[in-house]
Amino acid sequence: MTVQKAIDKFVEKTGAKVASYLDACVRCGLCAQACQYHEATGDPRHAPVMKFQPLQQAYQASKDPLSPLWRMIGRAPKKVTEEELSDWQDLIYDSCSMCGRCTLACPMGIDIASLVWVMREGMSEVGLVPPEITKMAHAARDTGSPIGVTAKKLRKILDDVEKKYDVKMHLDKPHAEVLLLDSSLDYEAYQPTLAAMAKILDRLGIDWSFSSKGYEASNLGLFSGEESIARTMVERITEAAEDMGAKTVLAPECGHGYGSIRWEAPNLLGRELPFEVLHIVEFLARMHKEGRLKLKPESRALTYHDPCKLGRRGGVFEEPREMMRDLVTDYREMKPGGVTNWCCGGGGGVVVIESARKLQLESFKIKMDQVEKTGAEGVVMSCAFCHMTFDKSSEHFKWDKKIEDMVQMVERQMID
Amino acid sequence: MTFLQFVEGPLFYVAAAIFVVGVVYRLIGILRLGGERDLARPNGSATGGAILTVLRHFVPRRTFWRGSSFHFVAGYAFHLGLFVLLLLAAPHVAFLQERVLGFGWPVLPHWAFILTAEVAFAGLIMLWVRRFVDPVQKLISTSGDYAATILTFLVMLTGCLALQESHVALRATHMVFVDIWLIYFPFSRLIHTFTFFFSRAQTGATYGRRGAKL
Repeated sequence: MTVQKAIDKFVEKTGAKVASYLDACVRCGLCAQACQYHEATGDPRHAPVMKFQPLQQAYQASKDPLSPLWRMIGRAPKKVTEEELSDWQDLIYDSCSMCGRCTLACPMGIDIASLVWVMREGMSEVGLVPPEITKMAHAARDTGSPIGVTAKKLRKILDDVEKKYDVKMHLDKPHAEVLLLDSSLDYEAYQPTLAAMAKILDRLGIDWSFSSKGYEASNLGLFSGEESIARTMVERITEAAEDMGAKTVLAPECGHGYGSIRWEAPNLLGRELPFEVLHIVEFLARMHKEGRLKLKPESRALTYHDPCKLGRRGGVFEEPREMMRDLVTDYREMKPGGVTNWCCGGGGGVVVIESARKLQLESFKIKMDQVEKTGAEGVVMSCAFCHMTFDKSSEHFKWDKKIEDMVQMVERQMID
Repeated sequence: MTFLQFVEGPLFYVAAAIFVVGVVYRLIGILRLGGERDLARPNGSATGGAILTVLRHFVPRRTFWRGSSFHFVAGYAFHLGLFVLLLLAAPHVAFLQERVLGFGWPVLPHWAFILTAEVAFAGLIMLWVRRFVDPVQKLISTSGDYAATILTFLVMLTGCLALQESHVALRATHMVFVDIWLIYFPFSRLIHTFTFFFSRAQTGATYGRRGAKL
């Protein structure tokens, strides 16, 4: 392993934004209280501020405006070593979901999650990505999906879903107005959500289709730190949408998948995109507002979990609430809620990393407590990754709260 | 030239020049590293987000009150106290009028100076204690963090000692520490006095564009 490759990447990715963050930190440690992994363990190592120390070292040795001076007087910071980077692996992957909650507690407003992304980019250069994530990211690059849902397999899955759920699954329909995406989690594990999306769109009379050229919303490159994979994933979707002439690309219930195509794709590709990108819940809320989607509320007490990548990192807060208020008679907010909501603890790839399992479960206790305190009978979400984290953790703790996908509820309760 | 004249005169001007040039060099150096334009279609205002985040982070969010209260009280006691002393203490105003600006303004009465100094000291000492008591701060603090605190403490302490103007040596001591502090400032974490603005504004602009109010 040549540690220099990681350092070079740190340096390459340090622009004014990163430098401002690194030069604003006063090491007050207030970020610690915002991190579920720190709060779950009480281990000061898990304080978010710890995560970017190697990046800071690399910055001070190179791009820092003061670095020539430090070198001149023989006070240059010592080079990041291979051992240090290895020691940092669990801080960068196992114990960070890049949820961005720490930014809210930081008096300087430092976006630590974005610094973790730069750290991941460097770590991936030297093979320090957890094997589970590497395997999935490379599978996504090579097969189109992190769990091997190839275009051929997709066709089969959609055929099966058509039969099983009595719904038309449009694939490669020419000139469809809306390109629908989904994540492999839904293709394989949460097919009722996949079917529900298709049913809703058909009932709303939307001209939509999947594309075998670009169908995978998840982007494991954004977990591993491999920008080239991240780019490949969004390139496929963009090309599919452009070939189809789609006006809108609909991201599914997948927080990071939404962020990937909505916020990252144009910057990864270096150009503005000729179509609108909406999360499925944003789209449904729009239909609801326009009066095209009417809902029959159920008399239940439910709360809503804001997926970090959709809310804090994506700005989608009001739309799901608008839907919730019409989906149930007794909608309850979590405390803290909205922008300060606790992460499920599984995002950023954490839930698939074996070595992170114990920590992830421990951190989930915070989430369970938060849901319990609302007194609601269940929790609704709009992210398959959060859903998987809730499912796995509930199973472990034998937690009996109902876990619901918003899309499925909408499909059940919409009135024609 | 007496020692006092030296530290109040030539050394002070050199220190002040290093402070100004150093701060400007460092801030321009950071901005010159540049960045790429966000090409995603906006869903909110970057400028609005930047302003909001710069202002909002002056006060902790409700959910972090408990965890931030000690730091909040200590931080404001120290910083506000320091600014008030810096700008409104009679000897400072007289010094600035005489040496730099040529005009003055109303100053704090003596009792208010003492009270403000006590508040500022209490704040600084609280922050200092937290640095070696809090497990996270203990783990991440560097010698530079302690040096900045100690130096600021010494500037304030010698300033109080010089207040009575009973001995020129006390005034000279204060000025020596002021000069050292000014020279040290641009090369240390004290630069956060300015970079806090960059940091908050960057975050606010990035996420304000996305419609998230951070």
